[in-house]
Amino acid sequence: MSAPAPDPVRIGVLALQGDVREHLAVLTALGAEAVPVRRPEELAGVDGLVLPGGESTTMTKLAVRTGLLGPLREAVRGGLPAYGTCAGLVLLAERLLDAPPGQPTLGALDVTVRRNAFGRQAESFESRIELAGVPGGPLSAVFIRAPWVEEAGPDVEVLGRVVGGPADGRIVAVRQGDVVATSFHPELTGDTRVHALFVDVVRQAAAVGRAVAVPSGAGAGAPDPGGEQ
Amino acid sequence: MSPHADVPATPTTGTDRVKRGLAEQLKGGVIMDVVTPEQARIAEDAGAVAVMALERVPADIRAQGGIARMSDPDMVQGIIDAVSVPVMAKARIGHFVEAQVLQALGVDYVDESEVLTPADEAHHIDKHAFTVPFVCGATDLGEALRRIAEGAAMIRSKGEAGTGNVVEATRHVRALRAGIRRLATLDETELFVAAKELRAPHDLVVEVARAGKLPVVLFTAGGIATPADAAMMMQLGAEGVFVGSGIFKSGDPAQRAAAIVQATTFFDDPDVVTKVSRGLGEPMVGINVDTLPDSQRFATRGW
Repeated sequence: MSAPAPDPVRIGVLALQGDVREHLAVLTALGAEAVPVRRPEELAGVDGLVLPGGESTTMTKLAVRTGLLGPLREAVRGGLPAYGTCAGLVLLAERLLDAPPGQPTLGALDVTVRRNAFGRQAESFESRIELAGVPGGPLSAVFIRAPWVEEAGPDVEVLGRVVGGPADGRIVAVRQGDVVATSFHPELTGDTRVHALFVDVVRQAAAVGRAVAVPSGAGAGAPDPGGEQ
Repeated sequence: MSPHADVPATPTTGTDRVKRGLAEQLKGGVIMDVVTPEQARIAEDAGAVAVMALERVPADIRAQGGIARMSDPDMVQGIIDAVSVPVMAKARIGHFVEAQVLQALGVDYVDESEVLTPADEAHHIDKHAFTVPFVCGATDLGEALRRIAEGAAMIRSKGEAGTGNVVEATRHVRALRAGIRRLATLDETELFVAAKELRAPHDLVVEVARAGKLPVVLFTAGGIATPADAAMMMQLGAEGVFVGSGIFKSGDPAQRAAAIVQATTFFDDPDVVTKVSRGLGEPMVGINVDTLPDSQRFATRGW
């Protein structure tokens, strides 16, 4: 943090429901301009997107009803860097297990994700997790009715697994290109290292001009948030 | 200091962070009372972040009278099996065995609720003794902090459940927020007296004064019946909404439920609240709180 101030980056946090405020606070503390995203036009001009923890079914239904799902999918599949925590991992996955039938996703990660994989709230837990690419020792990790990655495609890098307990060895952190996801919630523990890693991903993507914030016209013609579908 | 000094090295359940963490995930969402698996599915389809499983909604508890208790375990189980969102259930104030049963059933949150008939006139449940997290009602800051001291991992306003009248929820959310704002203006010496006046532990009072917020999530409950009610509660500073009788006692539950969900997300956008408020059909029939005899007021239960 003593390095010269890099170019400012603007990172959106999907703000339909969930622990949005915590993500905004961590990103702001790391020097990014953090903005809530609830409408298609608010995707324009962001260099990266965080998909927060919350209820994936609720977020998905709101995204469908407000016409945000299509523009979101287009943006992350078009190369917008993204970081998902818990429900955010579910939203980013290509394939879901134990989800209500037909629950759509953004399909940005070549993984199969099992919802509520560790069990109900009684099985929610905290632990320390070692993450590849995150120096400084294990992370504080809180898992709340969390999903895990059941299967990861060949282009997906496994960053971390649970150690110990009944779910020993399960995959809980992955990266594919500029898309990062964790089963747990770094935003709840004050450990900013995963967010710092993501801010770096966003900075590098923005620097080489790979960040396609939102395909042109994605905001236009989309239903407004009150629209019924 | 290592950032994970207080985090266990191996998977550990039931910690304060894990209990409070689920409520953090529910923020910005709507938790709906349901009495059947079918209603639970309607609620989930409408976008509920969680459902509250109970045998009778508060409006029926009022109408039918008698002792209101924890729901039948089979009924709670049926709702757990019907949906993938978290399931909450109510235990009577002080009835720690009802809470033990609900924990054994696998519910995700226990609501120690004044809507049921209190089982103990002096003591609330020792909520630290449980792995399952608890939400409790509060009418003001002191009451909220006493519940948190007992282990509550989430606070909601009490409102006056089953009336369709939002006036009490407004009073409680305003009282909570005003109490928090006042603490933030006090110096260290004054906080000792504030703790005495609030009848709350000094360390919690200091924590709230420094953070400017409760250490747990604050929802609103009691009398919310329309999208505008929900949006008003969010603008007043609630972090989410419980809707009890307001949905399934209305003319078109599925549409009203979806409208309240949308109004909660877009609470600060009158255009959206207007749009989703159109064509909802009949809201639940309300009760004027002023005409309720004291014996039928739920908000005065608990202390």
